[in-house]
Amino acid sequence: MLLRRCPHPRMANVALTLLAILLLLFGLTLADAAWRSRSTDRATNRALVRELGLTDLSLFTEARYTRHPSQADRHSPFQDHPAALDHFPTGTLLPPPPGLTPSSR
Amino acid sequence: MRAFLERQKYLIDYTLAALLRRKTRNLGLLLVYTLLVFLFASVLLLSQGLRREATLLLQDAPEVIVQRLVAGRHDLLPAAWLDTLRRIRGVASARGRLWGYYYDPAVKANYTLMAAPERGLAADEIVIGAALARVRQIGVGDYLSLRATDGRPLPLKITGVLESASELLSADLLLLSDAGFRQLFQLPPEVYTDAVLAVRNPREAVTVAGKIALALPASRPILRAEILRTYDAVFHWREGMVFVALGSLPLAFLILAWDKAAGLSAEEKREIGILKAIGWETGDILRMKLWEGALLSLTAFLAGYLLAWWQVFYGGARLFAPVLKGWAVLYPDFRLTPAVDLQQVLVLLAVTVLPYIVATLIPGWRAAIVDPDAAMRG
Repeated sequence: MLLRRCPHPRMANVALTLLAILLLLFGLTLADAAWRSRSTDRATNRALVRELGLTDLSLFTEARYTRHPSQADRHSPFQDHPAALDHFPTGTLLPPPPGLTPSSR
Repeated sequence: MRAFLERQKYLIDYTLAALLRRKTRNLGLLLVYTLLVFLFASVLLLSQGLRREATLLLQDAPEVIVQRLVAGRHDLLPAAWLDTLRRIRGVASARGRLWGYYYDPAVKANYTLMAAPERGLAADEIVIGAALARVRQIGVGDYLSLRATDGRPLPLKITGVLESASELLSADLLLLSDAGFRQLFQLPPEVYTDAVLAVRNPREAVTVAGKIALALPASRPILRAEILRTYDAVFHWREGMVFVALGSLPLAFLILAWDKAAGLSAEEKREIGILKAIGWETGDILRMKLWEGALLSLTAFLAGYLLAWWQVFYGGARLFAPVLKGWAVLYPDFRLTPAVDLQQVLVLLAVTVLPYIVATLIPGWRAAIVDPDAAMRG
């Protein structure tokens, strides 16, 4: 019935409706962020951090200085020999810890 | 007001009809534009999510960690250091930790081994991380055999698997008893990997670190604040992962904007000439071009951003897995809690939408101020 009443919807209305839907969804992402950040329970994870004294996220497990960047010393990326290049792929993604770089001193 | 809105709608009608006349070109443009925003927004959202998660989880990390350095490298810490550390004014407690890495040639994965005395494990019992259990396809009751430093196999019984929800912290963890750890790595009883300290007044942590460096010159104290700063830097949106996307994005966007700004086609110029000849004013042409730029860029921005949101927070950021994984075998299966920094979203909006609108408006304006007769003749 509705379709028979407007067989060819006006293009401007279609475009503006699409844009309004996208804007609404964008608004929903903000609401989703606010709601989920309040409802997420990190108690178990924080207890694990406290119990084991964890210092790093288990995100890059390929090398010890990428697994524990906060615990790495200056030489660990070049561990094979003094002029060795850092050859692990994630080493290129991780900047060195700020405590070890000259600018932070 | 109603007349104004109706006028805008007519302009949009015309703009859309003009865009649809060059359907393939404009749809292709929309697709590429959406993809650019998607990539950029994905990097931004993932970095924000990880940084927030790291900040919230690691605020319970040890206040001060003390390592021993030998020739610039992290070395085993003598147990006698613990007494020296306890005597430093401001230190509430000091305990030695045992942890290290084990490379498992069976699955070519690195494990993080850690002694967990609070768990009350026997020397042959272990608790493993969920990703490790998944990769090795083992569970509670199974045995995991590790090769000790002296070459002997050490069968360890799995008595628990860490919760899957904690994979971001514990994917590769393998917890064992002090005795089991020392047995595996053949460590003497009077050494530890490092020491963790609790400080009476957290605001004095820096002073305490200074005292530690004085009392034990071969030590390296690491503060909790430094750990948090490391993660802030690692996932800062200008650093790390964002380079992967940033390398190609500005270039691609430059080509896109250049294509528009370089000028209109002869057909488009003639079209503007005809519009001027039938009574459109320069202002109308500019409004029409503004709608063209705004509709295309806003649609691309919103679609790209929403797709990125879904991919990062609901799709487990699978797109970035190969980049984050590197050569690692163990990779955590994690769901990030959405985190939005409105300022960064606005920057993203400004960087992607504004240049495109400007690049649409300028050639439109240049064509609109030409005499209609000259424009129609080309």
